Amino acid sequence: MSSPKAEAVQKTGATPRIEVIERYCKGCSICAEFCPTKVLEMETFVVKVVKPEACIKCMQCELRCPDFAIKVHTE
Amino acid sequence: MAYDYEKSIRPGKLPHIWCPGCGHGIVMKGLIRAMDSCGLEKNNTALVSGIGCASRLPGYVDMCTLHTAHGRAAAFATGVKMAKPEMTVICLGGDGDGTAIGGNHFIHACRRNIDMTYVIMNNFIYGMTGGQFSPCTPTGMKASTTPYGNPDPTFDISKLAIGAGATFVARTTAFHATQIDKLIAEGIKHKGMAVIEVLDDCPTTYGRRNKFRSVVDMMKKLKENAVPVQAASKMTAEQLQGKFLTGVLYKEDKPEYIEQYAKVIAKAQGQAS
Ligand SMILES: Cc1ncc(C[n+]2csc(CCOP(=O)(O)OP(=O)(O)O)c2C)c(N)n1
Ligand code: SF4
Ligand code: SF4
Ligand code: SF4
Ligand SMILES: [Mg+2]
Repeated sequence: MSSPKAEAVQKTGATPRIEVIERYCKGCSICAEFCPTKVLEMETFVVKVVKPEACIKCMQCELRCPDFAIKVHTE
Repeated sequence: MAYDYEKSIRPGKLPHIWCPGCGHGIVMKGLIRAMDSCGLEKNNTALVSGIGCASRLPGYVDMCTLHTAHGRAAAFATGVKMAKPEMTVICLGGDGDGTAIGGNHFIHACRRNIDMTYVIMNNFIYGMTGGQFSPCTPTGMKASTTPYGNPDPTFDISKLAIGAGATFVARTTAFHATQIDKLIAEGIKHKGMAVIEVLDDCPTTYGRRNKFRSVVDMMKKLKENAVPVQAASKMTAEQLQGKFLTGVLYKEDKPEYIEQYAKVIAKAQGQAS
């Protein structure tokens, strides 16, 4: 699975609710780094949702978070 | 939709013990998705592990679980499968557990072609005990016991499994999250010994010592060096230098051990009467 290029993706539908469970997040930054549209940013030791409207619901952040700490609610 | 992992996790067990960025958590999520897609149920599924960071995985998952002695997962799992052939048996563990102290059990489970799935998390190191080299540490890389670089040649777990007789062998990485569940599910459905090698990351004891800048750096290496087995056939030996193949590497139908053993029982009972 390769990450789609940010400029090539089209956003469709409503902005999802991206939930970060801060108690579980260990700040590894895997989710932020591989997000194709830079929705997520690291803030010291936890990830922050900074641009939810740019989310393309690719689910890569949720799939790769080793800590069950991020969920993308699409409906 | 956000995936519901919590239904498969024992209450109160999160956050788990693994270090920030440790790929074992990614494998655990993949395993849960695979078990869901196969419709596995708690009372009919056994997760069996040895000792190590990877081997802690069954402690989190709400299935029948067995956390055994170092390297002995395959032996205990064989016992479970023999006693309860109707159960789905999944072994889980690390490269050290499965190919160093447990190498013997591993190859003989493969040889028997017993109907189980073995998910081996290969992070190239003994993570739990502070980073000693394992049979899977690449030559030249550093471990606490090889501070000048590892002089040993390296085990290729998938090739080892094929050579020993496993009838389904596949490889993926912690980066390729969706492939983890697909391959584990295929392994579960396969009748016989299925080995799924997941190339994994241990930022704490392997990454730091080997000058990876971060766990993201380790993930990028897994991404860059993975070559799907279909693509490899069109590449030259030079292009494949330093790469590894991913996907289903081997699949064969061969007599399965439990069925063969049942025939022995039937024969022996026939003679007795
Ligand atoms: C009989 C025995 N010998 C040695 C140990 C120490 N020990 C615990 S875990 C481990 C290595 C684990 O490495 P691996 O299986 O690769 O798992 P990881 O921690 O890397 O996930 C060792 C040598 C032990 N617990 N029992
Ligand atoms: S689902 Fe996650 S990785 Fe994908 S665009 Fe949205 S925030 Fe980024
Ligand atoms: S991948 Fe998970 S643990 Fe890592 S920073 Fe993102 S939410 Fe936190
Ligand atoms: S020591 Fe390595 S293998 Fe063990 S939890 Fe930490 S990162 Fe994972
Ligand atoms: Mg290991």
